[in-house]
Amino acid sequence: MIWERDQTFSFVTPSSSSTDDPKPGGLFQTPLIRRDRVFDFMQRFPMQATEVDISHKTILYVEGVTISFDGFKALNDLNLYIDDGELRCIIGPNGAGKSTMMDVITGRLQPDTGMAYFGQRMNLLEKTEAEISTAGIGRKFQQPTVFENLTVYENLELAMAANKAVWPTLLARLNGEQRDRVDEVFEIIGLTEERDRLAGVLSHGQKQWLEIGMLLMQNPRLLLVDEPVAGMTPQETERTAELLTGLAGQHSVVVVEHDMAFVRSIARKVTVLHEGSVLAEGTMDAIQSDPKVIEVYLGEH
Amino acid sequence: MGPLTRLMLQDRGGIVFLSLLLILAIAVPVLNLAVPESSSWHMPTYTLTLWGKYLCYALLALSVDLIWGFCGILSLGHGAFFALGGYAMGMYLMRQIGPRGVYGNPELPDFMVFLNWSELPWYWLGFDMFWFAMLMVILAPGVLAFVFGWFAFRSRVTGVYFSIITQALTFALMLAFFRNEMGFGGNNGLTDFKDLLGYDLQADSTRVALFMFSALALALGYLACRFIVSSKLGRVLIAIRDTEERTRFVGYKVESYKVALFTFSAVLAGIAGALYVPQVGIINPGEFAPLNSIEVVVWVAVGGRGTLYGAAAGAVLVNYAKTYLTGAFPELWLYGLGALFVLVTLLLPQGLAGLFRLLRRREA
Repeated sequence: MIWERDQTFSFVTPSSSSTDDPKPGGLFQTPLIRRDRVFDFMQRFPMQATEVDISHKTILYVEGVTISFDGFKALNDLNLYIDDGELRCIIGPNGAGKSTMMDVITGRLQPDTGMAYFGQRMNLLEKTEAEISTAGIGRKFQQPTVFENLTVYENLELAMAANKAVWPTLLARLNGEQRDRVDEVFEIIGLTEERDRLAGVLSHGQKQWLEIGMLLMQNPRLLLVDEPVAGMTPQETERTAELLTGLAGQHSVVVVEHDMAFVRSIARKVTVLHEGSVLAEGTMDAIQSDPKVIEVYLGEH
Repeated sequence: MGPLTRLMLQDRGGIVFLSLLLILAIAVPVLNLAVPESSSWHMPTYTLTLWGKYLCYALLALSVDLIWGFCGILSLGHGAFFALGGYAMGMYLMRQIGPRGVYGNPELPDFMVFLNWSELPWYWLGFDMFWFAMLMVILAPGVLAFVFGWFAFRSRVTGVYFSIITQALTFALMLAFFRNEMGFGGNNGLTDFKDLLGYDLQADSTRVALFMFSALALALGYLACRFIVSSKLGRVLIAIRDTEERTRFVGYKVESYKVALFTFSAVLAGIAGALYVPQVGIINPGEFAPLNSIEVVVWVAVGGRGTLYGAAAGAVLVNYAKTYLTGAFPELWLYGLGALFVLVTLLLPQGLAGLFRLLRRREA
């Protein structure tokens, strides 16, 4: 037996083992039994995809994720799949686990069990926040947090996808292409005139857009947007809806929102979270007629 | 001069500061060497050395302002890096004494002869060579800051907790250097220096040269800091200072930035210490005293945190006041320092630099 196992380790190459996994779940559930693959830690180059592998058209896998704080299960066996280029809205009452889910995906929290993969191959649970951000997952927080003591332009400059190590940053100068990219994002978020103002003096809505712009500068594959229209005027809400629907297609966008009118105006597919797991999933109409959903969420309104 | 012009273009305070420094660097040696002693314009060597000392303190303040003002890292242990740089220089100066010591031992410094040591400890080897000692001036504080910072920042120790462990660091080093067995001269430290690179340390010309080197180091240190804070890296530092978590999500490895900056700052402090020791003629464990490091923070706060030139000016002004007050009212000095800090914090949150900025805006 021992001899057999050794042989498995030495003759299977990383390249043949990393492509034969249709779903990354297999890696976690049966690592000790399967002989046709090697442990991650045995591989000279652990599965580190530089490009996000979306050959199965799914950009985010969250499977069986459970996380509890002092016995309270914030997430309870949560399963969520996001397609490439999709615009998904996630709704749910307070405490349903929406923000916790985002924390897990962005590497801020480690779940007790379960897995989270970006594309086919990138295990998010092994990465730091910075690595996940560089890999292409951008997050917009509930409270707009921009760098208030820097100008709007500098905010976008810092957010730009670039080599973010210390020394290259010290010597960094914007080239023409990068300047064009900044201008392009300024157009999208409509803040061209605020360019040289300090981000701290922007209005609430403008800060939200700036933050979305900062996300765009990172060229993310997946955007996580937490309550983008909270505290916005109806006009600002409308502009935000346009902005987000315009982004879907090139990016996958996940929006967490309370505002039902807003969700209705942008959503194609809605996921309802309740007590840490998925209660229902489908079009807005299907969701709104679902008795379970009416009971726990819409019924309250 | 292209890059330099670009660097200074937005920095009017810095231009004023560097101009004043240049005037000082020319005027002080002239007043000391060229003006005859009988003239009332003559500057005694004692005063010249005092100013040289202030300039070293200014460089130390600059190093603290770089991390505190721009990255929010409040180090209450920067005196330790200053002292380590000073000790590295002191060890070179001790070896230069040679057989001119009290015991006349060509190899061993006096305190080792006194302790009945028969040979030089391994960590003193190489310090007879100037280049090696200068390397150590940079490496000793640099490596300590790197290792210390790496552990502290990687564990995400921030804010007041970080300040407290820096205090502990300098305190621990003070206790260690007080011990005779450490081989750094115990509580007497290193002193009785004779010459530096063959130049007599008591000679006026050597004192003037040291003063000018201090001014040069301060100017170069200022430009280096200015280069850092006006680069993209400087903007990342401000981002870290204001919202560290957010900066991490934008994709910057906050820890690496902090470690790099902290190390650079410690090296600056070490250079300041190395220039300080030959001018004051002694280095002892008292330099590691926690209070010293806290005083540096007071200089920076008084001058104006986050302006660089303000920190340097604050160091000179507070130390000038200290020299005067400890002479005139020795028992009141500490109260004065405390009152100064309280008043500045309450009335001038941006220090003297902020006051000047306010006045200029009023005029405009």
